[in-house]
Amino acid sequence: MKLLAMDTSNQAVSVALLENHQILGEMTVNIRQTHSQTLLPMIDQLLKQTKTAIEAIDRFVVAEGPGSYTGLRIAVTTAKSFAWTLNKSLVGISSLALLAANVTDTTALIVPLFDARRANVFTGVYQWQNGTLQTVVADQHISLEALLAQLQLLAEPVYFVGNDVAHFSEQIQAVLGSKAYFVSANHNLPHASVLGELGLTAEPITDIHGFAPVYLRKTEAEVNWVKTHDERGADSYVEQV
Amino acid sequence: MSEKRELILAFESSCDETSVAVIEDGHVILSNIIATQIKSHQRFGGVVPEVASRHHVEQITVCTQAALEEAGVTYADLTAVAVTYGPGLVGALLIGVTAAKAIAYAHHLPLIPVNHMAGHIYAARFVKPLEYPLLALLVSGGHTELVYMPAAGEFEIIGDTRDDAAGEAYDKIGRVLGVQYPAGKEIDRLAHLGQDTFDFPRAMLKEANLDFSFSGLKSAFINTVHHADQIGATLSHEDLAASFQASVVEVLTTKTMHAARQLNVRQLVVAGGVAANQGLREGLAKAIKASDMDLDLIIPPLRLCGDNGAMVGAAAHIELQKQHFADLSLNAVPGLDFPYRG
Repeated sequence: MKLLAMDTSNQAVSVALLENHQILGEMTVNIRQTHSQTLLPMIDQLLKQTKTAIEAIDRFVVAEGPGSYTGLRIAVTTAKSFAWTLNKSLVGISSLALLAANVTDTTALIVPLFDARRANVFTGVYQWQNGTLQTVVADQHISLEALLAQLQLLAEPVYFVGNDVAHFSEQIQAVLGSKAYFVSANHNLPHASVLGELGLTAEPITDIHGFAPVYLRKTEAEVNWVKTHDERGADSYVEQV
Repeated sequence: MSEKRELILAFESSCDETSVAVIEDGHVILSNIIATQIKSHQRFGGVVPEVASRHHVEQITVCTQAALEEAGVTYADLTAVAVTYGPGLVGALLIGVTAAKAIAYAHHLPLIPVNHMAGHIYAARFVKPLEYPLLALLVSGGHTELVYMPAAGEFEIIGDTRDDAAGEAYDKIGRVLGVQYPAGKEIDRLAHLGQDTFDFPRAMLKEANLDFSFSGLKSAFINTVHHADQIGATLSHEDLAASFQASVVEVLTTKTMHAARQLNVRQLVVAGGVAANQGLREGLAKAIKASDMDLDLIIPPLRLCGDNGAMVGAAAHIELQKQHFADLSLNAVPGLDFPYRG
């Protein structure tokens, strides 16, 4: 099975082509960039370098979130459009799991995190069990303070992973002390080959049309609206006319 | 061998409608699927960009499938893929742009970038062939422009609003009257039941340029209503709407007729969401009749006045002839505009 994996959840753009477990090519660019201008040219270059036709791809794998809303939509829309229009399978993988999977050779807890602003983070807790990455605590939007309080109770070693970790390292160490471990720069960067590997065994999406990013947060307008309104009837907000 | 049909798969997602169409030869609609988010944004009293972007992702492929099925065509039949890349909400535009790029790439089809406002003008092509030079009055929630077209696919702004767009003014005074967003249709209905009794200002009517301003009218309207509230008086909503609409229509009509006379055009296209307004349609028709000008007024049918993929396909037909294609790095340009006439 040939898999094309793509991630635009945060600053980096990463694309990879795999033939089952074999990585045929991978490209990651980690600069401030406009994902809509970068992603498709990178995919095109990767396919050309590997002499692969887009029609030869069997499965499209995408990092589905959480992450930057606009960024997520670029890769998710690209992947779902490809899968639908070429009638191939589509897999969505947590953008946090993709980072957690960078940290191998440990059975300790792995906590990937992204800065969600206002002292909040997008995070989850992962662990390798029998060679498979398992979710210990589901991805969530939570204050850093609450996350660290929960991890402190566990009193276990924790590996923090992600480019935003450096931003919070003082707070993390203040609470967890020597239980907190940090990883190398290469592990903090998303690698689409890792995404492809996770996507190889994952269940494909059954409703490709309905596939959308996992934002983990409602928009502010919706949050405020729900405070004073009954949300039933949400299915009919968009209608063909 | 029969000649291959020119079929364009056209995408539009600049604001709160996800639309995909299949257009033949720039003037035959084989399908025009429109998914509107109006009910969603009515919760907030206006379009919330992040909410709009989220809806677009959920709608984009299902609308494309419906467009292809209704048109009864396959990818092999298509000549090109076209997409609105601006102006509009950046996050919303990006969904159409991203999907169109992926689909064009997957099927090795050329990609045609289309200016949304050119699309609105070319909605008129579904009524009849366009003859150049022509004049277009573009009126929507985001724009109020007079556009001169010396030839097909060439656009020059000759008049523009200095502040609010006409549609925006309708929504703002609609809020004051307690009319649900988008307010244009209801204000238009109320206006036909009332009289122009308030004599609101007609901004910039005496000035020689072709520009517009609606913020003074909006303020006059709001002050009138607030003053009445303070003294406990009740004003007729019908008369308020009629007075407001009379001012908007008189200003738009007068400036448009000035422009038509100056430029000696034979066709006048009225396009954009506010082109659906009955008061404006009647006002322009009356002004043309009263003049000595041989001016052909073209207003697209209601369904094509709002945002839709068909108009994008019609504009793309011209771009295809000019071989204006985009590469894989095409981005959304939220502030895209026509050049101003030098």
